[in-house]
Amino acid sequence: MLTESATASRLSEIQEIVRASSRLLPRGAGSKTAMQAAQADVTLLEVADLSGMLEYQAEEFTFTALAGTPLADIERRLAENGQYLPFDPPLVGRGATLGGTVAAGLSGPGRYRYGGVRDFILGVQFVDGRGELVRAGGKVVKNAAGFDLPKLMVGSLGGLGLMVELAFKVFPRPPAYTTLRCEYASLGEALEAVTRLGRLPLEIMALELEPSPSGAALYVRLGGIPEGFAHRLDRLRLILESGNQTQMDGQTELQFWNAQREFAWADVAWALVKIAVTPRNVPALDERLATHRAARRYSAGANLAWVAWPGALGTLDHILKEIRLPALTVLGPSGQARLGRQVGATFEARVRQALDPAGKWLVL
Amino acid sequence: MDDSSLLTALAQIYPPERLLTSPAQLAPYESDALTSFRARPKAVVIAASQAEVIQTVRMCHQLEVPFVARGSGTSLSGGSLPCPEGIVIALNRLNRILRLDPDERLAVVEPGVVNLEVSRAAAPYGLYYAPDPSSQPVCTIGGNLAFNSGGAHCLKYGMTSNHVLGLKAVLPDGEVVELGGESLESAGPDLVGLFVGSEGLFGIALEVTLRLLPKPEACKTVLAAYRSLGEAGQTVSQIVACGLLPGAIEIMDNLAIQAAEAAVQAGYPLDAQGLLVVELDGEAATVEAEFEKLLAVIRASGAYDVRVARDEADRQRIWKGRKSAFSAVGRLSPDYIVQDGVVPRGRLGEALLEIQRLSAAYDLRVANVFHAGDGNLHPLILFDGRQAGALERAEQLAGEILRMCVCFGGSITGEHGIGMEKRSFLPVMFAEADLDVMHILHRAIDPRQIANRGKMFPA
Repeated sequence: MLTESATASRLSEIQEIVRASSRLLPRGAGSKTAMQAAQADVTLLEVADLSGMLEYQAEEFTFTALAGTPLADIERRLAENGQYLPFDPPLVGRGATLGGTVAAGLSGPGRYRYGGVRDFILGVQFVDGRGELVRAGGKVVKNAAGFDLPKLMVGSLGGLGLMVELAFKVFPRPPAYTTLRCEYASLGEALEAVTRLGRLPLEIMALELEPSPSGAALYVRLGGIPEGFAHRLDRLRLILESGNQTQMDGQTELQFWNAQREFAWADVAWALVKIAVTPRNVPALDERLATHRAARRYSAGANLAWVAWPGALGTLDHILKEIRLPALTVLGPSGQARLGRQVGATFEARVRQALDPAGKWLVL
Repeated sequence: MDDSSLLTALAQIYPPERLLTSPAQLAPYESDALTSFRARPKAVVIAASQAEVIQTVRMCHQLEVPFVARGSGTSLSGGSLPCPEGIVIALNRLNRILRLDPDERLAVVEPGVVNLEVSRAAAPYGLYYAPDPSSQPVCTIGGNLAFNSGGAHCLKYGMTSNHVLGLKAVLPDGEVVELGGESLESAGPDLVGLFVGSEGLFGIALEVTLRLLPKPEACKTVLAAYRSLGEAGQTVSQIVACGLLPGAIEIMDNLAIQAAEAAVQAGYPLDAQGLLVVELDGEAATVEAEFEKLLAVIRASGAYDVRVARDEADRQRIWKGRKSAFSAVGRLSPDYIVQDGVVPRGRLGEALLEIQRLSAAYDLRVANVFHAGDGNLHPLILFDGRQAGALERAEQLAGEILRMCVCFGGSITGEHGIGMEKRSFLPVMFAEADLDVMHILHRAIDPRQIANRGKMFPA
């Protein structure tokens, strides 16, 4: 962690670099390998040293931290106070930073219950293409003043400026978790269970689907006070209508979900792609993915597909355009970060042109 | 642009019964819920289709005529105040729920759909639309989206922005764009997030895709009465510190209690100096267990009267009192201003003391109703507009409260937006470089500055 004065001098150094360079891309811990510059003429702005939590008062449910702060550090501090980032940011084990998570717009299994990274960001301070230090949003849990630039930064891939400082909302972490794993004979049956669960007043923290050649497994995660679990699980078992159910608890349960966040199931030699879906899109997508022998998981109640793709990304891009789904390559070769359908492209272009008229920030 | 050519152009889009031009017809549109501001537009058009809205915006762009989109006119910040040199586009007739998809848990609606209608339509499927501004029986989704409206349940469920998945909008220069989609996730910059809360400056939403949630199985609500407002405030910190995540935590002071009780007979204790309302929601078994924990905190907090809502009707009564508090305060005074600043929760006590001090110094009564869980204050400053200088004094007092909120590290608005009312305070919260970027963005989306002209930014 830098001292305040070191941060300030590092900041003016960064502003100088921004003013002097013509092509730029911020870089945190580099955990998202696909989101890096493929070109050689790009100045990489290393910001991993802009690290440290600046303000954290547990009773406020908020913190501010420098963008390069590793999520592992943040999660540790929050856990000391029984709190957490409810969207379960991914790749923490690979050193992912807070700023990188915002820039990539990534959320893990917990996004099902309370929302994703976009729903917990409160404020941002960033260096724009002119080298100016700009602040937007706020540090309190509720704020409606000015344009919501903090949200705009979510998914910006470093292409709208370099984030320096971020303010976030946090929640109390459930005191305990338990997970029920259910097997289904087909993906269709499992998806039906997902939509059925989605309409019931059950406090489900995460809901993930894992297709397999013999059908699909559904993982339902409950959080809360442990005394309530027996009753809640009984109720779930009845609703799930699956003969093959197993319960996970304690360390096993925790490790399972951590492994999900780290994509332990994905072959490291393959690219990892996130696709925005809804339960209804999944059958058509899954059929195509299976044909190409891609490994995949459906997260957040089948609103988020994670795909380990063995072949050329161009093929996947083509498939996604055909079925009109937007996607993002997270791990793998650089140069093909955004895949599939681009929504609101002309509006995005206007925003980009306004915030970076000189086109300094590399568009991934 | 002279008036007659403007009216001629409008008459090509609208039949006479939906093109309002006479003073009597325009009068109801001169103001919104912030009644101290008034302006008469050149015309009001009552759009009946998305195509008409698009056509009108394109015409306005071409003729450089400012337009203000308006739903039910419930803005408390003057967000739908007309522009005297422009027109008002009324959207109430665009009130169709185009699609309600319980399996995907979403509703696609037009901007004139009333907030509560979405929940009503979703109810048969066990779903609801979470954001619940107090005006929800009348306010529309278009206005909610433009101002990123909040409500009593924001701490746990977030604001409007957290519930909008996608939208179709006509930008001020007539371009029609689609942003977001139907998934909870997206790829690329969060353009929906940027559009929501832009106070109408980025154009008009024509279709909005809303996220629906399963209606909580159980809600348990408790009222706790305190002999001081400070004690009620401290209890909030204790509740939060014990790891609970209540659906809502509200506080009312004595003046607000008196007003609400006189208006709707919610059964509030009239002698309380601070009244705390806490609600837990979720699965029945969990709520039951957590409620015990909550009651233990409240019983140890010095509350002299603790009342648990007996049933749903009782719970509704408690909420009715809270949600009608603003209008109820109107019974105490000919005029009032509602402020909407936010302070860190830990500084609520300090903020309330400061408001009391200011109230005495300005010799103006201030009633306090607030979303304590969010630190979102709603001081209601009472004054008599018939007295010379009273409005100015009330505005000055309101300004001091806003400055205090910024000074405490908070915000000048939690959920009402900047609108017309707080535009001179935006620079209190943001530096020149910050505002500069917002201006640049604004000009890129609305080069002629015709969409809701005059709002958000200082004049």
